[in-house]
Amino acid sequence: MGRTLAEKIWDAHLVRRGEGDEPDLLYIDLHLLHEVTSPQAFDGLRLAGRTVRRPELTLATEDHNVPTDGIELPIADPVSRTQVEALRRNCTEFGVRLYPMGSAEQGIVHVIGPQLGLTQPGMTVVCGDSHTSTHGAFGSIAFGIGTSEVEHVLATQTLPLRPFRTMAITIDGTADRLPSSVTAKDLILATIARIGTNGAQGHIIEYRGAVVEALSMEARMTVCNMSIEAGARAGVIAPDEVTFAYLRGRPHAPQGAEWDAAIASWRSLRSDDDAQFDTEVRIDADTLAPFVTWGTNPGQGLPLDGRVPDPETLHDEDSRAAARRALAYMDLTPGTPLKRIRVDTVFLGSCTNGRIEDLRAAAAVLNGRRVAPGVRMLVVPGSMRVRAQAEAEGLHEVFLAAGAQWRSAGCSMCLGMNPDQLRPGERSASTSNRNFEGRQGRGGRTHLVSPLVAAATAVRGTLSAPEDLA
Amino acid sequence: MRPFTSHTGIGVPLRRSNVDTDQIIPAVYLKRVTRTGFADGLFAAWRSQDDFVLNQEPFRRGTVLVAGPDFGTGSSREHAVWALADYGFRVVVSARFADIFRGNAGKQGLVAAQCEQVDIESLLDLLESAPGTEVTVDLVAKVVSAKDFSAPFQVDDYTRWRLLEGLDDIGLTLRNVADIDDFEASRASWLPTTNPVMRT
Ligand code: SF4
Repeated sequence: MGRTLAEKIWDAHLVRRGEGDEPDLLYIDLHLLHEVTSPQAFDGLRLAGRTVRRPELTLATEDHNVPTDGIELPIADPVSRTQVEALRRNCTEFGVRLYPMGSAEQGIVHVIGPQLGLTQPGMTVVCGDSHTSTHGAFGSIAFGIGTSEVEHVLATQTLPLRPFRTMAITIDGTADRLPSSVTAKDLILATIARIGTNGAQGHIIEYRGAVVEALSMEARMTVCNMSIEAGARAGVIAPDEVTFAYLRGRPHAPQGAEWDAAIASWRSLRSDDDAQFDTEVRIDADTLAPFVTWGTNPGQGLPLDGRVPDPETLHDEDSRAAARRALAYMDLTPGTPLKRIRVDTVFLGSCTNGRIEDLRAAAAVLNGRRVAPGVRMLVVPGSMRVRAQAEAEGLHEVFLAAGAQWRSAGCSMCLGMNPDQLRPGERSASTSNRNFEGRQGRGGRTHLVSPLVAAATAVRGTLSAPEDLA
Repeated sequence: MRPFTSHTGIGVPLRRSNVDTDQIIPAVYLKRVTRTGFADGLFAAWRSQDDFVLNQEPFRRGTVLVAGPDFGTGSSREHAVWALADYGFRVVVSARFADIFRGNAGKQGLVAAQCEQVDIESLLDLLESAPGTEVTVDLVAKVVSAKDFSAPFQVDDYTRWRLLEGLDDIGLTLRNVADIDDFEASRASWLPTTNPVMRT
């Protein structure tokens, strides 16, 4: 019987196949670190007198709680500073390359790996962060791990794991591409709303079909990024010419004869025609529209043209109870048109939508327009490279002229560990990936949206699509 | 890791589904660099409300948490497990756990016991009607019991063996270091490296 793409990559990384109930031992090609989930792992190594087995397969950056303005100053928050300083000490002590704040390569870990060409097809990539699934866009198995596992990979460059189940999500439609104003973000939000926040539990999702093939690399990263929000361990997309074109010439991509050898190997990375998936889902792209969440998990979303749902109309008691609690937290009334919801803050950024194409899309909407009075808009590039690229293209001028704030790279308001937070009761339209209670600041209310919807919302002050702008 | 065979302690009913890791330990508590001291952040937002279960005697001394389905969803932060363990919990009972949470729990000696939802409902009823009821979690027999309540729970055999023996992960893997050496010798030459800085 044929094998799926994920199974092929898995098999190619088996150091040892587990016997009976024992997990497999899998080799890890790339280990990414950041300041939040690594200090205790290094602490553990030190306690046990262990070293980092392969520092040259390890890369660290500072992203989760770095400030995004005044980065030339010492970090004001003492705990943030402690974490960042611990990472710097650990990287020096254990010989790991670090891109610190202020470095040209610094940025959100899931933005810099691909951008440097470190994430390549067929690899295994891990990081102590659940959105590591982003890297699966290159046809690699990439997944988030806990801090004990970080320590395990540091010490052994391997992980004991049981195979994931496999799910195929096929996205196609009459036009073989997404309808206009519908982005990868809308696609994945609609997918999660359809299958639920645990719909892909224990699975690695392979996204396939003509619509997926038509997506750019950055759009593919947006889709894979949010696989975790459907409960999946990882998402993967078979590498193709789009992938190779993105990688060619990047700092860590193979060159010359090595490039040819790599390409030849990468071309075999496809699910066999007779491969069996444990679960199969089909999404009709023709039915997709700009999407927005109304609740407190990423599965509680609807097309932007809809209305806040009435919890009592939902099909099971669990969903009803969750929706009631979500609406109370979000301070929303059933039946309200989503487009009448007023926001205080618009956040454009994160590892979901903080790449150059996201900034371009938002800037195109904002060009010649102004952010609505009373609304603050934060534009936070995913990396310093993205920031530099945006400035070279003059995008920052569009944002600044519109009245938005132009920041340095980091996770920022995606999780509110740095000073970029919502105040209690404030409401945001956010291009990030999680709308959990308090995620962007205690008492803050989050609506997840695409960069296009974020920009249009900033202009009108209420949740809006670009078509709503005069 | 200390071995776990059986544990008896006060059961805490947490009648909520989809308890995500942001609720278990909010992000503001993740800024520490040590492995201990996370108990004060456990369920921080809920604990600021007087009527939250852990603010009431005898529940505040509980060691077995009984929760609704989909416990530990959301971020992969292992701090969620540290916070529960640091507070004194040795077991979480739920009908469904997020994969990463379950994995993290097993590695820290916290038992994630998966029961049928109907059994959980009965156990929740019992704990609410008789506060302070002690729950026994027997990992050898894979049974949760309290007073006249008793139900089987699931935990995979490998995790169970590790918990029973109190075995550390890295030590186990390093027994196979020769296999890792062999594997590394056969890796493709084009695979990227990050060119590390020199050790000081
Ligand atoms: S941007 Fe948000 S989701 Fe992405 S790594 Fe940072 S905190 Fe996590």
